[in-house]
Amino acid sequence: MSDVTSGPASEPVVDPAPGDHPPIAYSPRAAAWARRRASFAQLARSVRSDRIAFGGLVVLVLFIVMAVAAPLISSRSGLSAVDSVGNLAWARPSWEFPMGTDHLGRSVAAQFVWGARVSLFVGFAATVLTVGIGSFVGIVAGFFGGWTDSVMMRLTDWFLVIPFLPLAIVLATVLDRSLWNIVFVIGVTTWPATARLVRAQVLTVKQRLYVDRARALGASRTHIVGRHILPNVAPLILANVTLAVPISILTETTLAFLGLADPNQTSWGKTLEEAFGAGAISRNAWWYYLPAGLGIVAVVLAFTLFGRALEEILDPRLRKRSRGQR
Amino acid sequence: MSLLELRDLRVTYRSERGDVPAVRGVSLTIERGQTVGLAGESGCGKSTIAGAVLRLLPKGTLVEGSILFDGEDVYEMTPGRLRAVRWSGAAIVFQGALHSLNPVRRVGSQIEEAIMLHSADLGLDRSQARRRVGELLERVGLRVDRARSYPHQMSGGQRQRVLIALALACEPDLLIADEPTTALDVMVQAQVLALLADLQADRGLALLFITHDLSVLNSVCERLMVMYAGRVVEEGPSRELFADPRHPYGRALSQAFPTIGDRASRMHPTGLPGDPPDPAALPSGCAFHPRCDVAIDECSALDVALRDVNAGHRAACVHVEPPNKRVTNKSVTS
Amino acid sequence: MRARFVVAKVAGSLATLAFVLVVNFFLFRVVNDDPTASMFRGRNMSADQIQQRREQFDLTGSRLEQFIAYVGQTLRGNLGDSFLSNRPVTTEIREAIWPTVALVGTSTVFAMVIGITLGIYAGWRRRSKFDVASTSFSMFTYSVPDFWLGMLLLAFFSVSLGWFPTGGFEDAGSTATGLTALLDQAHHMVLPALTLTLAYIGEYMIVMRSSILDTVGEDYLQLARAKGLRDADVRKRHAVPNALLPVVSLTALNFGFILSGAIAVESIFSWPGLGQATLEAIRGPDFPMLQGLFLLFSASLIVANLAVDLLYGFLDPRVAGR
Repeated sequence: MSDVTSGPASEPVVDPAPGDHPPIAYSPRAAAWARRRASFAQLARSVRSDRIAFGGLVVLVLFIVMAVAAPLISSRSGLSAVDSVGNLAWARPSWEFPMGTDHLGRSVAAQFVWGARVSLFVGFAATVLTVGIGSFVGIVAGFFGGWTDSVMMRLTDWFLVIPFLPLAIVLATVLDRSLWNIVFVIGVTTWPATARLVRAQVLTVKQRLYVDRARALGASRTHIVGRHILPNVAPLILANVTLAVPISILTETTLAFLGLADPNQTSWGKTLEEAFGAGAISRNAWWYYLPAGLGIVAVVLAFTLFGRALEEILDPRLRKRSRGQR
Repeated sequence: MSLLELRDLRVTYRSERGDVPAVRGVSLTIERGQTVGLAGESGCGKSTIAGAVLRLLPKGTLVEGSILFDGEDVYEMTPGRLRAVRWSGAAIVFQGALHSLNPVRRVGSQIEEAIMLHSADLGLDRSQARRRVGELLERVGLRVDRARSYPHQMSGGQRQRVLIALALACEPDLLIADEPTTALDVMVQAQVLALLADLQADRGLALLFITHDLSVLNSVCERLMVMYAGRVVEEGPSRELFADPRHPYGRALSQAFPTIGDRASRMHPTGLPGDPPDPAALPSGCAFHPRCDVAIDECSALDVALRDVNAGHRAACVHVEPPNKRVTNKSVTS
Repeated sequence: MRARFVVAKVAGSLATLAFVLVVNFFLFRVVNDDPTASMFRGRNMSADQIQQRREQFDLTGSRLEQFIAYVGQTLRGNLGDSFLSNRPVTTEIREAIWPTVALVGTSTVFAMVIGITLGIYAGWRRRSKFDVASTSFSMFTYSVPDFWLGMLLLAFFSVSLGWFPTGGFEDAGSTATGLTALLDQAHHMVLPALTLTLAYIGEYMIVMRSSILDTVGEDYLQLARAKGLRDADVRKRHAVPNALLPVVSLTALNFGFILSGAIAVESIFSWPGLGQATLEAIRGPDFPMLQGLFLLFSASLIVANLAVDLLYGFLDPRVAGR
């Protein structure tokens, strides 16, 4: 696996398309912003032209829209066992119940739509935590070096050495079963990988001459971190985010399956746990356990494809390789 | 029959951005034992020629014209014949950069591999091959026990010597040296050049020396060719080319390297304005005209072919007139 | 390989192990200060009996004294007794370890061999139909939750087709021994092993492919070709040895997750291994078991990392200071 990619020079360099000139600006700051806007436009164009990336993005947007619009699509009562008493249990898919019913007569489609909410929410929120902690630790450790670095890396190493699933399980058991606690557990157990990556990138950037020159010019630490280190680490972090979300979603699914999720919320993992526990497999009630799993696969795949394409677009080195040079 | 003959060679790389013509009609001949230098800036196509001779270009590259090695068309050879000719007919001395050699294998075993690949022709078994590796290393000035070293344990100069030893392993008739001294500092450069000259004289090798550094070629090569934008723009005996370059680019190249001790060149360093042209978007007419200080109107419309300056010396410039009609060159030191 | 390299790596591993011991101990104490409370919920016990139990489980004395006792015991191979079964933790673990090792070991080996081979061919012939097909396959299996895959396989091969049992290590009530028993166990292992293999293949394939792609542009490959090597030999003798290196370090990272990552799959197939043991211990909560299991998982990961570091030092001459 290629080791840490070296970031672009001070500003992420994206080749401007012909005819793509930033408007004439009257101040350096305005010029910088105009350039950033042009870079972003170029980035958006690249994404649109890469069909796989675009496809992934479209799928994601569809799921997010579905999750957000859940109250409009299916009423919450569909999830309640009490309200479902009159329904036929284990019913195959039909007009009334597009994905059939479960062992309590509840609509599986409702569980799918509402479950998407929780799965996606936990995925995003946990990733924010993971990448937040990981980036912070990585940047601080990499930038300051010395004792700070050693201490933080020891901590990171310990986390990496503890098998992550048992740790997550123990934490989830100890804390009350709630949505935010699951987010916390996932975030707290998966940040080390991000920290390592970010730190390595910071070290690479730090070595670059222009950082020394900036220091010689008397730049303050904050200035160096903000203006030189961050812009070069940001693309890596962004790519890392898109790849961390699927991991968080899969982890939530596993934890939910093991019975550690919030009992009041339904998520895709929880649906699978209940399906398995109710014997859906031996009853061949495929409509119960298939949708949730497929939903997970779709979202994770979309994120992964989009994330990798994004990585390729943002990293000039990878881009060059894909053009078949040499 | 010449050892190597390139007839109107044209190489076009295929990329997602479209076709890129790297070599646009180059013809040259190298006889047995002859030494020819090929000079030019990066991107002019000279390394492509090195790769083309042994059919090492990326798949899908368009190669037109012909390359004849010892009378055989390289691009008509069967894969088996090609593999036999590679290294034992013609060998390439690559740049001694860190990753020119396999980093996880000992240097000696990589030379041995080359020998064993052609063991049928050479009539050597494994132990003889090993001994030969030692001889080769000694010949290039390295200790025999260096065979057990890994590439990262050697300096750039030592690696270059290994690459030379490797190139000689199967006793080729033609040695193609592709920028062999570029990554080295000046003292080591001199040593390597002396070694190459020595080996060439010693074994009567034909040598095609490719570089961007014109000053290096003078001491090693009989004939010189200057390339620009995929074409040969000047060729001739090296001494004459140095003394009296007729193409503006050739002139600029030879003057770009100051002569140590010559006050005149020190006081007036001459660089060449502009950048090498993008092969995918070449200027019209003569490819050099945007950077040329003696360009005239015709130059942007007319693509000049090589013209005789005198016997054996040709240049592709509109200002080149036959020998009895000389044009005074404008002063280029201003 | 320099001795200094080996010694440094081993010393580092021991240090990490020591660190793990410390943190594990205090983690569980923090999580549950006085296990006796939860242990004896709902049972009437006299103060003396409680004190007796406390001493039995080494819960007396200051935190530091407890820790020293813990370390002493552990080094002597005594991990305490399970709260739930009253049997020594080491015995419980010993009974549960073989099914997990058999399952996970087999799956990992298959996944590595198949994944790496696919990756090599896919990367070497980039953008070919084979590459596109195997990359799509790998991305798909990488995105699938492993236990859900297990559910699907169970539904199809076991419930629908009836080719394989629905779970367990061997047929219930079986008294077979020797080869018959082994075959029976193998039969039971097919579906869970298939699940885990499919789940792991993707990552190996993608990483190996990526590594080969990195190698493909290197100069020494052109040199190898110029020498007159066949394409397949260029790949086998020069590209692959270099491309394997990053994959080796990935393997290290995965080993730890493998032992413990099989928890969900073991649950689906009722596989009586460490995964099941962990789940039962958590439901207790059975602290000595949990502590013992944690120690085992961490130690195995540390050892795996050490083994791979040493292997890497052996394979890549640039690393071990040769």
